[in-house]
Amino acid sequence: MRSPFDFALALGDDALVAAQRLGEWTSRAPEMEEDVALANIALDQLGAARLLLTYAGELEGAGRDEDALAYLRDDREFRNCLLVELPNGDFAVTMAKLLFLSAYQLPLYSALAGCADERLAAIGAKARKESAYHRDHAALWVRRLGDGTAESHRRMQAAVDQVWPYAHELFAPWPGAPVDPAGLRGDFDAYVGPVLAEATLTRPADGWAPAGGRDGVHTEHLSYLLAEMQVLHRAHPGATW
Amino acid sequence: MSGTDSTSPLWEVFVRARRGLAHTHVGSLHAPDAELALRNARDLYTRRQEGVSIWVVPAAAITASSPDEKDAFFDPAADKVYRHPTFYDVPDGVAHL
Amino acid sequence: MYGNDFSAPEDAPGGGLLGEVAAAEAALRAAATRQRGGGPGPDADLEAYFADVIDADQKIEPRDWMPEAYRKTLIRQIAQHAHSEIIGMQPEGNWISRAPSLKRKAILLAKVQDEAGHGLYLYAAAETLGVSRDELVQLLLDGRQKYSSIFNYPTLSWADVGVIGWLVDGAAIVNQVPLCRCSYGPYARAMIRVCKEESFHQRQGYEILHTLAHGTLEQKAMAQDAVDRWWYPSLAMFGPPDGDSTHSARSMAWKIKRFSNDELRQRFVDMCVQQAEILGLTLPDPDLRWNEQCQAYDFTEPDYAELMRVISGEGPCNRQRMEHRRRAHAEGAWVRVAAAAYAAKRSTAREAVAA
Repeated sequence: MRSPFDFALALGDDALVAAQRLGEWTSRAPEMEEDVALANIALDQLGAARLLLTYAGELEGAGRDEDALAYLRDDREFRNCLLVELPNGDFAVTMAKLLFLSAYQLPLYSALAGCADERLAAIGAKARKESAYHRDHAALWVRRLGDGTAESHRRMQAAVDQVWPYAHELFAPWPGAPVDPAGLRGDFDAYVGPVLAEATLTRPADGWAPAGGRDGVHTEHLSYLLAEMQVLHRAHPGATW
Repeated sequence: MSGTDSTSPLWEVFVRARRGLAHTHVGSLHAPDAELALRNARDLYTRRQEGVSIWVVPAAAITASSPDEKDAFFDPAADKVYRHPTFYDVPDGVAHL
Repeated sequence: MYGNDFSAPEDAPGGGLLGEVAAAEAALRAAATRQRGGGPGPDADLEAYFADVIDADQKIEPRDWMPEAYRKTLIRQIAQHAHSEIIGMQPEGNWISRAPSLKRKAILLAKVQDEAGHGLYLYAAAETLGVSRDELVQLLLDGRQKYSSIFNYPTLSWADVGVIGWLVDGAAIVNQVPLCRCSYGPYARAMIRVCKEESFHQRQGYEILHTLAHGTLEQKAMAQDAVDRWWYPSLAMFGPPDGDSTHSARSMAWKIKRFSNDELRQRFVDMCVQQAEILGLTLPDPDLRWNEQCQAYDFTEPDYAELMRVISGEGPCNRQRMEHRRRAHAEGAWVRVAAAAYAAKRSTAREAVAA
């Protein structure tokens, strides 16, 4: 059975793994201004992750804080969606991932802002403003790359095609959760559809829908991501940083 | 801005730091169009504060008398406290930090 | 972050650093209110007017007449400073993915992001002198302009992140604070902004080291090892000794710089000794001791031959840093071209509508 702890953990893991991937862009962005922008988004995701993981730890009541949850769980214990753990790829893939993630997080956090759980409501209220910014940023770039040059169009379409299947997992029903993600698909489609159209991109057909992240069954990529993220913390058990 | 880099235009950035103040020139940046210029300006010049209003103006659209004037600095804002030096614990007695 | 090693020296006081930045800002504003008239009269001698402005501790602004050598000196110095900020993202960026707590990860990410921002402020300041950022970036990528050689050393442990904040940023601040009073207005203003933001960098570094030095034995050893490796390269950031320096009286006269390399280095050493004691870490110099007569510390000079080797490209990471920057630039080209193409399409479409 999934508990409120699982829900907070899932959202926190989404944000944490997204932040870890975005942080990999540092000093590698296509333009220096974009380096600053990607770092801002990574910082927002990391900030949300810390709030959510801290709250998850309190819900669990076993004394685990944000760092215990981030650094001392193995990949099978992570509950993030597969989308966020996919490698960054080129800038088009990163923007496709960000568009889909933020087009899910924005309605999710907005709904959370009105939920009965006061802590989650407060986190949602803060994070939704940031998500709106992330979604705008991703859409801005998807339009430019889709309707830019022949090469950028090709890359952007390939990125959307590659990442699209992973969007479905975001909206898997979660009965009893403070917000059931199944109810957010409409918002997602209503936003993403027109962005793809304006970008002269083709919305991929629905079909293959990889999933498993919410149950701790991930892609091969997550274990590597965690190995890097956790290496130092785990090398010094009990140390303070 | 490709391999041989056709420069993207220069934009001048003006920020209203707080309600009641006029927009003030804070610097410049490069962006291919106004929408990106506005987003870049938000990221670059308001990293330490929220709730400001930003204008971006193509530098080429400005007619200047001489000499040119550029100025202004932000007061730090509250959200990301770790950006501010007072966030850090400095042991008693440490000087020059 | 900024060192002095790649060209001539700079100015710099120490102590109460934020206070000095604030004082520089106040002086800048005071100078602005003292300003007479709008500029030289139609028959004025431009060179004499320029000299008067400098003598009066007022700022030269972009459209003012200035000697060509003043312009060139500033372009080179500001550009190299900007390049240092951009290349300086790499050694610390190396630890973002492995930062040992989420709080430290957030702080480090914000710090490295600030460096990108500082690079952009500085490129913008250089551009007011009539050179484009693309030209300057190309000079960096072609290896025709330098960046601070300190970034050619590797960050081998988490403690290096702390030491970069404490020693490298500390040395940079000693260099930068006097630049807040530089005679060229856009550079002075950029430096005030940079210094205000960088004060958090040094403190976060010191806090990291303090935590390590008071942590487990392994953590303390990690901290000491990092101090051992970075101490002399940090001293070398102030450039060659005054006797060997190309440090020009002209830049002093122009108020682009105010202190010699050795003066700045001494100031830095004097600051660090007490800070190291509080950390409980040892500066790796057996000859470091207080000189009552000089009211300053005697210390061992860094190996300037090593500095010259690193500047000439034979540091541990020169090739890696440049490779990284070139690759990012090349791999981003298609994105920049696409954004330009999109903007061109839109403006054509708007013109079509208008017509």
